[in-house]
Parts: sequence; structure tokens; C-alpha cells
Amino acid sequence: MSSVTTIKDRQSDLPVHATGGWRGEFRRSLPGYLFLLPWLVGFFALTLGPTLASLYLSFTDYDLLTPPRWAGLKNYDYAFVHDARLRSAVWVTLKYVLWSVPLKLSVALGLAMVLDRSVRGVGFYRATFYLPSLLGASVAVAVLWRQIFGANGLVNQLLLLTTGLKGISWVSHPDYALWTLIALAVWQFGSPMIIFLAGLRQIPQDLYEAASMDGASGWRQFWRITLPLLAPVIFFNLVFQMIEGFKAFTQAFIISGGEGGPIDSTLFYSLYLYIEAFANFRMGYASALAWLLLIIIAIFTAIAFASSKYWVYYEDEAR
Amino acid sequence: MSETHPDRPVGNIRHEWLRHLVLGFAVLVMVYPLIWMFMSSMKPDDLIFSNPTALPKSLDFSSYGRGWNVLRVSFGNFYLNSFIISISAVVGNLMSCSLTAYAFARLHFWGKTFWFALMMGTLMLPYHVTLVPQYVLFLNLGWVNSFLPLIVPKFLAVDAFFIFLMVQFFRGIPREIDEAAIMDGCGPWRIYWKIMLPLSTPVLATAAIFSFIWTYDDFLGPLIYLNDMKSYTVPLALRAFVDSSGGDSHYAELFAMSSLSLIPVFIVFLAFQRLIIRGVALGALKR
Repeated sequence: MSSVTTIKDRQSDLPVHATGGWRGEFRRSLPGYLFLLPWLVGFFALTLGPTLASLYLSFTDYDLLTPPRWAGLKNYDYAFVHDARLRSAVWVTLKYVLWSVPLKLSVALGLAMVLDRSVRGVGFYRATFYLPSLLGASVAVAVLWRQIFGANGLVNQLLLLTTGLKGISWVSHPDYALWTLIALAVWQFGSPMIIFLAGLRQIPQDLYEAASMDGASGWRQFWRITLPLLAPVIFFNLVFQMIEGFKAFTQAFIISGGEGGPIDSTLFYSLYLYIEAFANFRMGYASALAWLLLIIIAIFTAIAFASSKYWVYYEDEAR
Repeated sequence: MSETHPDRPVGNIRHEWLRHLVLGFAVLVMVYPLIWMFMSSMKPDDLIFSNPTALPKSLDFSSYGRGWNVLRVSFGNFYLNSFIISISAVVGNLMSCSLTAYAFARLHFWGKTFWFALMMGTLMLPYHVTLVPQYVLFLNLGWVNSFLPLIVPKFLAVDAFFIFLMVQFFRGIPREIDEAAIMDGCGPWRIYWKIMLPLSTPVLATAAIFSFIWTYDDFLGPLIYLNDMKSYTVPLALRAFVDSSGGDSHYAELFAMSSLSLIPVFIVFLAFQRLIIRGVALGALKR
């Protein structure tokens, strides 16, 4: 036992130079910092520096050609008070997140529960359901989506075949274009499904057996056992998918031809930020938009965490 | 996650086939768009948009040849660019993130908790915040319209997510192994290189797979940094294809190139399916 403790003591100051004082501290720390060097350079040059620069730029007018000019709160004033296009971008993004995340998670949970009980072919189903999550972020799938929901696309062909109705071009109608993007998000339910499946397998089976014995219906078991015990996993998926939803860009860019149309109905926040920065070269304003997005995401995450007190219980927590 | 669980009773037979019916229908809905795209790549335009289920008349891959050269630069060039960038990203992420993760998981140095907290903080930062200043930085370095802005950051461990994944894994490796190596006189570098990395192939493979797929699929980065068509990646080329034809002609060619662009990801998925799904199940991986 004593030999073990000496080894533990020795490894705690990894290069074994047991000198005291700041020189000893320096020598002990040196290998750690050498290993950390690439990250430190990246952190200062590509993360911390740019973050501070972005905060500064958000208070300036900057078009890349002339040096930034201090503008005070002008960008934020414009964003909050005057920018009607930003208001529609925020609205479109919120609508996208608030519809796509619950729909996606419901489908994911439903199919995870079906898969959890079936034994044959689980591997095949799981892999097939996951595939769209892997491919869905690509330009190719966005291009495909635009054709599927086009005037003569797959959806309308099937509609014509089954009901005889002639559908419109969903991607170019302002009332429906966003829904094609929501459908694309729901199509990628595979990754939260896999996380749900892993969570379901943690639930002790005897709870269900005991509940059945007491005569609880399947529906009641779902509400009283499955949902409460799965709450931490639901919470994780919810927060994660929400943040991803706020950051969505490629799909909207491809489906709307880079403009967020028709009539700004697919103008995601990220797309608007891109347009302001790299089409209109309003770098200062785009930086202000980035900070506003950070704040929006932080608020929604905080709401989720605050609400979790009331519905998420962890097993090691006293009830 | 194993395939079957002994504590999961199979429902009775009636429910079993009902489940397969539901699941089979879901599979069809999920996969049919992809099948439709692939079949359409072999059909003439009028047939693509008239009959949703028709099989192509013959296995006619000629649209692939026409699509390959539809832009003034051939797709061969775009694939080469995409692979150069993606493979560099894989190498960069593996090297830089594992070095960082080793320091955080095993070495003791002044201020470690502080740096670790900062690293975890960068996980939460949306990319939008650094987008503009990074662009200005790379513009001033003269790197715009080269692959450098897409590759160099990966060598500087900016993907904190992979660091986090590796730290978790390294912490699970028994310390007795390092301790034995220290007794034998190994320094931190040898422990990292000869012990940690060889024992960490699962997490390194997971990081490599996701680095590859995410970089290969990335659209915003190349969109901002690559202006000259010769340096385009595959996603940018597909977008240029849609733009050039207004998305209104050459449908078979468009579907052909789109299908083809999914194949690298598809192959990676088939080859590493279990690793990918286990990675996602850890609750750590997105998508």
C-alpha cells in the first residue's frame, strides 16, 4: 500500500524535479504548457482575439476597405428599432426552432421506443434511421430537397398519384417554404433517436414489470416511468437540438438560392448575418448581429435550464 | 451498445410484425428521397418529374460523365480539393486535439483548471461570433482564396469538442500504466506517443471520422474563403451547378453529381457504422 502512495505522489509532479518555489513550479509546468501550445495559440489567435475584436467591431462601421469607424450604439439601435428584415429573420428562426425541435424529438422518441422492444434487425433499423442525420447537412441533400418539394417534385407526384390533387411549388411559396426546411430537420431525427435508445436501455425493466403487475396501462407506464426516467436525456437532446437549430445555415442558403426567399420566409438568422457581412460588407453590423445571436441562444438555454428544475430529475439526486 | 438485450422481452408475435410494419414504413419514408435521387440520375428529365416510382429504363450512367464536366472546371478537381482539405483537417485535429487532451487529462501544470474551464467555454460559443474577425485576420494574412483558412485552425485545436471527447477517453485509461512507464524513465512525450495514442484508437478513430465528414460537408467555410472556381470544394461546385443552370435544366446531371457527392460519406458510414453509432450514443456527438 505504501509503495502505491509514493508512486501517486511522484506522478502528481510529472517530471520528477522536486524543487520548491516558482522555479520548481515553472519546471513542473513546462511540459504541460508545451503540450498545450497549439491550443493556446489557437485560443488566443482564433477564438479569444476574434471574440473581443467582434465585440469592438459591433460598435463600429466597417466595410473592410476603410478602417472601422466608431459608431457607438448605432448598430444595436438599428437592429432593435429599425431593421424590419432582422425582425423577420428572428421570427423565421424562432418558428423553425420551435416547430422542428419538438417534432424531431417526438419522432425520435417514438421510434426509439418501438426499436427498444424489437429484437430482430435493430442494428439495421438504427443504421438506416441514422443515415439521414449524417447526410442531411450536405449541399447535395439540400439540392435534392429543393427538387422534391418543387412544382413537379416527388411530393407533388405522390400527391397526384394518391389523391389526384395538383400541388403547388412548396419551396417557392412563402407560406410553405419554411415547412420544407422543418421537414428536412425532422428527417434527421436519427441522432437524437440513438441517444434516446441508449437512454431507454438504462431504465430498469423490473419497473415496468412491477407496474404491469399493479395493472398500470402502457400509456400510464409511459407517463409515469419512461418519461420521468428519460428526462435527463430529453433535456440534453432538447438543448442540443435547439442550439443547432439557431445555427442552421446551409439548408436555407441552398433552398432559397442564398437569399432567404420567397419574401424572406426562409431567411434564417445565420443566413441574414452572412448576407450582411459578405454580400453587403457591413462587417460592424454583422458583428452586432453575432452578439445578439449569442444573447438569444444564451437566453433560450437559460430558460431550458431554469425549467429543468421542474421536470428533470437525476437518479443520484434526492427527490 | 450491443445488438440485443437479454432483459428486453420480445413482445408477442402479433406485436412483433406490427412493429416491423411501422418500422418498415418509416424506413421507406426515410430512404425513398435518396433512392429517388439516385434513380432520377439515370432518367431523362421528362420522366423524372412525371412518374415517382418508375425505375430507369436502363442502367444509363451517361449523365455522370456529362455532369462531371458541366462546369468549366471538372469535378475531379473539386473532389481533389475536398479531399486535400478534409484529410488535412483530420490530421490536424488528431494531432492538436490529442496533444491538448493529454495535457488536460494527465499533466499537472499551473493554471490547469482555469484553462480547462476556458476550453469548455469555447464549446458554447457559436461560430458567428468569431466569423467576421477571423475573416479579417485571414484576409490580412493574404490567405483568402487558399485552403489555409480551412486547414490551419484545425492544427491549432479550435474544435474543442474533440478535445473534450479525448480528455474523457484518456481519463479512463488506468493511471497504473503511465506510472509503470514513469518508473521505467519515460517522459511525458514518450507516454503520450507510445502509450496513450496506441491505447486510444477508438476515440481517435471517432474524431477522425467526424472531422472528415464535417469538413467534407462544410459549406460556409469554403463559401467565404474560396472564390476561384479552381479551388472550389464539392459542395461549392454543386451550388455553382444549381446557380449556373438556374436549377432548371440538366436535372439528371444535377442528381448524378449530388448522388456522387454523398458516396464518400456513405462509404465512411458503412465502414465505421458501429463506431459512429456508439459515438453518437455517448450523448456527445451531434448529427
